[in-house]
Amino acid sequence: MRSIKRIYAIFLRQMFLFRSSPTRYVQLFVWITVDIVLWGFITKYFNESVGAEFSFVSTLLGAVILWDILSRAHQGTAMPFLEDVWSRNFLNIFSTPIRLHEYLIGFIATSLATTCIVIVAISLFAITVFGYSLFSLGVALIPFLIILFLFGAALGILGIGLILRFGPPAEWFMWPLAAVLSPFAGVFYPISTLPGWMQAVSWALPPAYVFEGMRSLVLSNEIDWRVILEGFGLSCLYLLLMYMFFAQMYRIAVRSGLIARYSAEGP
Amino acid sequence: MPVLDVRDLRKTYRDIVGVDSISFSVGRGEVVGLLGPNGAGKTSTISMILGILEPSGGSVSISGIDLAKDRSAALSRTNFAAVYAQLPGNLSVYQNLKFFGLLYGVPELETRIGEVLQKFQLEAFRNTKAGLLSSGEQTRVGLAKAMLNKPSLLLLDEPTASLDPSGAKTTRESITEYAEGGNGGVLWTSHNMQEVEAVCDRVLFLSHGKILLEGDPRTLPGDHGKKDLEELFIAVAREPLSLDI
Repeated sequence: MRSIKRIYAIFLRQMFLFRSSPTRYVQLFVWITVDIVLWGFITKYFNESVGAEFSFVSTLLGAVILWDILSRAHQGTAMPFLEDVWSRNFLNIFSTPIRLHEYLIGFIATSLATTCIVIVAISLFAITVFGYSLFSLGVALIPFLIILFLFGAALGILGIGLILRFGPPAEWFMWPLAAVLSPFAGVFYPISTLPGWMQAVSWALPPAYVFEGMRSLVLSNEIDWRVILEGFGLSCLYLLLMYMFFAQMYRIAVRSGLIARYSAEGP
Repeated sequence: MPVLDVRDLRKTYRDIVGVDSISFSVGRGEVVGLLGPNGAGKTSTISMILGILEPSGGSVSISGIDLAKDRSAALSRTNFAAVYAQLPGNLSVYQNLKFFGLLYGVPELETRIGEVLQKFQLEAFRNTKAGLLSSGEQTRVGLAKAMLNKPSLLLLDEPTASLDPSGAKTTRESITEYAEGGNGGVLWTSHNMQEVEAVCDRVLFLSHGKILLEGDPRTLPGDHGKKDLEELFIAVAREPLSLDI
């Protein structure tokens, strides 16, 4: 029960911040909306130029939305930690009874809430403006979203682990993490397009399984559950590995006195 | 059983010894002053008691719970306030207290928040963002948070540093009242020797990571041929070898 209260505290704090500062909503929606508008018109243009035999809207716009959901999960997981960095709150937080896994589950819960809000909002936006419904992917959408969310959360934990270890300037590493991986994820093209070494990297990343699965679903109307299962297994593995990474960074920070200095020196 | 039991606590940073195998305890109802010049090892000691700095050796027990073995249970029985650890300025006073109250597992939290707001005269600032308060008011919010879970061990690092004389007096009274009420023990650091003399039952003088002196702040200066605690402090800081220890 106490554990749930502590997780809830992390979640509630973020909700307090959203409530008191409407500008925080802007970062939730602005980039994803820009992406949808941009790719919506690009796919519309492709469809009109190439003809209707191949649906660019379903493959490209759908992929962009899914990729943005991963980015949202990544940033949503990292934001509560960054709030602690920006408000120099480490000393207060880490001297409470909160356990490391509760702290991280709090972040993931916060990210889940904001990601769900974003999914609903952008789905409605894509339907209204471009007539594309993410829900046209059917039941496969659920595992796709779960895989992307888990991997996004894992990336967020990797990012905050780097910030904990290398200090606030390491924020620079955190923000582009998802973008750096995007060429390998096969968001816009099949993995087979890539050279051999890039394909090897791709198949080590869960999003590749989602986007290959999505293309297979759109083009041949078949769901490859084996691919989905592999992607899910990999996402869970990454989440576990990133938790272990963060725990190690925390141990180093506690051993070296970084936590105490973080609050004293600030960003 | 003491509320804090520190045994052979040691911290080294590469070749530098920050805290050199110190041992001390704080009993229930006792206010103990941890004194020493800058760099003496006070903050390292407090950081190790708070679990945010890993000791190189030794142990810390809070209310009989070994911090290394059950960090969460030990820390649920403590709390702290420090001038360098202000609460998030982008949350209101109430939101801060709610957040930390949940983290500390405070029962009947809303009632308790009301009590500490009243005690530290913060009711008028309940919905004000902490960052908008004066430094003195922020210190009071920090103290309200520190008292929220009625800790067995209260750690205060220069709690009155940014308070005016009236606010400092009220704060001292609150903390003394807290200790005398048998709620818990207090470990207090301060550079204000008059305050230490007025509040602390016992003081520990730390220098170069070691406890050089320990005793009653009212009799200790005389025992070492000094006029008052301030003179003793200066002697510890500048010429510890001149003291008859």
